[in-house]
Amino acid sequence: MNLTLHVWRQAGPKDKGTLETYPAKDVSADMSFLEMLDEVNEGLIKSGKQAIVFDHDCREGICGMCSQVINGKPHGGQDRTTVCQLHMRSFKDGDEIFIEPWRARAFPVIKDLIVDRTALDTIMQAGGYVSCHTGGVPDGNAHPIGKPVADYAMDAAECIGCGACVAGCPNSSAMLFTSAKVAQLAVLPQGQHEAKARVKNMTDTLQAAGFGNCSNHLECEASCPKGISVKFIAKLNREYIKTIAG
Amino acid sequence: MILDGKTPTGPIEKTWDKHRFDMKLVNPSNKRKFKILVVGTGLAGGAAAASLGELGYNVEAFCYQDSSRRAHSIAAQGGINAAKNYPNDGDSIYRLFYDTIKGGDFRAREADVWRLSQVSNNIIDQCVAQGVPFARDYAGYLDNRSFGGAQVSRTFFARGQTGQQLLLGAYSALSRQVKAGTVTMNERTEMLDLVVVDGVAKGITCRDMITGEIKSFWGDAVILATGGYVNVFYLSTNAMGCSVTAAWKAAKKGAFMANPCYTQIHPTCIPQTGDHQSKLTLMSESLRNDGRCWVPKKKEDCDKAPGDVAEEDRDYYLERKYPSFGNLAPRDIASRAAKEQCDDERGVGPGKRGVYLDYATAIGRVGEHTIKERYGNLFEMYEKITDENAYKRPMRIYPAPHYAMGGLWVDYNLMSNVPGLFVLGEANFSVHGANRLGASALMQGLADGYFVIPYTIAGYLATVKPGVITDEHPAFKESKEQVQADIDKMLNIKGKKTVSELHRELGKVMWEDVGMARSEVSLKHALQRIPEIREEFWNNVNVSGTGTELNQQLENAGRLADFLEFGEILATDALHREESCGGHFRTEHQTDDGEATRDDENFAYVGAWEFKGNDKAPELHKEPLKFDNIHLAVRSYK
Repeated sequence: MNLTLHVWRQAGPKDKGTLETYPAKDVSADMSFLEMLDEVNEGLIKSGKQAIVFDHDCREGICGMCSQVINGKPHGGQDRTTVCQLHMRSFKDGDEIFIEPWRARAFPVIKDLIVDRTALDTIMQAGGYVSCHTGGVPDGNAHPIGKPVADYAMDAAECIGCGACVAGCPNSSAMLFTSAKVAQLAVLPQGQHEAKARVKNMTDTLQAAGFGNCSNHLECEASCPKGISVKFIAKLNREYIKTIAG
Repeated sequence: MILDGKTPTGPIEKTWDKHRFDMKLVNPSNKRKFKILVVGTGLAGGAAAASLGELGYNVEAFCYQDSSRRAHSIAAQGGINAAKNYPNDGDSIYRLFYDTIKGGDFRAREADVWRLSQVSNNIIDQCVAQGVPFARDYAGYLDNRSFGGAQVSRTFFARGQTGQQLLLGAYSALSRQVKAGTVTMNERTEMLDLVVVDGVAKGITCRDMITGEIKSFWGDAVILATGGYVNVFYLSTNAMGCSVTAAWKAAKKGAFMANPCYTQIHPTCIPQTGDHQSKLTLMSESLRNDGRCWVPKKKEDCDKAPGDVAEEDRDYYLERKYPSFGNLAPRDIASRAAKEQCDDERGVGPGKRGVYLDYATAIGRVGEHTIKERYGNLFEMYEKITDENAYKRPMRIYPAPHYAMGGLWVDYNLMSNVPGLFVLGEANFSVHGANRLGASALMQGLADGYFVIPYTIAGYLATVKPGVITDEHPAFKESKEQVQADIDKMLNIKGKKTVSELHRELGKVMWEDVGMARSEVSLKHALQRIPEIREEFWNNVNVSGTGTELNQQLENAGRLADFLEFGEILATDALHREESCGGHFRTEHQTDDGEATRDDENFAYVGAWEFKGNDKAPELHKEPLKFDNIHLAVRSYK
């Protein structure tokens, strides 16, 4: 199939940036979206132009590195799919495709489709962990954890930290990301002693980083390639209220 | 030169405990005076940086991704082994040790494998304490499953995302140390050289991947935890950024590269669909717990829909050839068996390079719900890539390069032959021998990072005065100039071929001639072709853009340049090793029924290569392997 791509090109953070148009010819339905871009880049290089830069790594839908807004939807809007796992069979011959970076104040553009997501790491550093030292911990079976609790924690832990929730949210909120980690650790016995401090530190950091608040649009859940549920935001709010209540 | 692995003596059960006691310690208040550089922040590097930071050392960590959470360890799906014996099926540290030595085809050091088995239990405890949501049963206890190469259920798992969850555990421990100020993270930073002063590793040279700036970092010790090199095959299951660069630059500065020809070809990957393919996707090996491998018995049935091939016309070749292990035969055996079926023109799917992995029997036995519970995300992933529903129609799988058992040579302390340079996880050669068993890569990464290096690095640092050599030393300037010169050279070629085209050419040679089955003829062909492609690279590559900006073409070009040198040493190693062994199969050395023939008399050693220059033959150094506890035996899974 033959497609027309409108790709966001931006030389650096201070550059204004613009959409440029490129043809993508003889695209196979079996290609992933990123393989299609690889081919377009090969053509650009051969014609002496700069290749489009985009973040990607594992190309298995798990590392969370790839980040493109395709036709207005983070990761292309296909249910539970990262860009690297989006295949060209979901497009048709003659389609026009708009490709843009994640857009959020807390994610400044570095170049073309690459943005700086350091703010998510900063949120994690504010308390996204259990404060155990290496070694000297009890046996793994010393604290039984019921299967429903373990499953709940796992549902939350599946977040890949790609930031699609932020890109999809009209407020650029990182609430879904933060809530997933808070909820995972809040239900496990290991994480409970510092649960109050964790939720406070993480939400304070979230605001300081320039993310917006949650106003229940649920676009985060719709954008999430791992199907992380907004029920964790409710959990985050409950955990937060506990810190206020003392 | 005969290499000394510095293995402790005495009964194997006591080796690690004795060694730990014998090693020197660093006084707690002195630890902060030492600076340690950790390159790579996957399971091994992330765990090491977090643990060393916790101990009070001054740690600086580096990764090429935008966050340490994205290291490729994250993609490991199946699970992590430990000898807990929770299922009461006869497991023990000794049995894990035995399985690993035998599984690795007797090409690993006994004491290292013992230590790995011993600390495996601590890893599970550590990860549970971090909040890793391992699978649990309804009573609340940890759940286990079995994995290729083992007859006990010793694999702990977190759905199909075990690697992700373990990495996030290490990443969260690392985040805690970043907050505490003991670890400084340098993301989007690629190591391009090792700085060696008077024969001792004292720092690294890096490129800031956003600005292009070439930077020096000094340290009292350098730890490389930079993963494996199988992207030398172009198509592999590794992430696109995985490279041999850091390890190879260390090799060019004197570190020996051990057993580079031991590459693992993983049996359960999604087959290639066309020339556009950029990488191959691994389906977890745990799928072989319930899936049955088969191909049609008759060539003419290969084009039929699988459901139209009658039961009696199906060849369940693994169950036929290896009745006691069946579909759970180790990776090298399962991979080679799949290739044999396809070479016999009984492969299925596009290009006929695929075999079926069929769930119909398991679904009949335990129901679709249970299969979904066990492998749901893998089935989803398979459907996204192939557009086929594996609950209704068997999956198609084919082997693909997956893991490097070879790597930089290290002694028992995980220190390379260059003092001060430590190598952890997949980047070293140590515990897997010639073949890695399933669910043991995660185990090794975390064992090295959490439970080995924190002890052994102290033994080294106790002999060093901290901070004596810093980046003021002229060796740092020299290294920066060399790195800059290489970059300028690549940018100024302005040839006709792209980096990807040349990488594909190298990959084709590596896969055809140095892949699953190799011969003297194919290896000699590779050794002639690789220098030709290297020559073409340095004369005809086209790298667009400049060095002073974010330039992915330049990054890829640098990595390919290193693969083009490293590929030759890999083929050289494969040619010299006149035996078949684990993941390394020489067609000249096989039994009448096609099983690998090992030669313990002549090859029971680690082959460690010293780089002497691209136009000179590398020098082979040997470390003889002794098997005092497990008798050398033919590895049979029949």
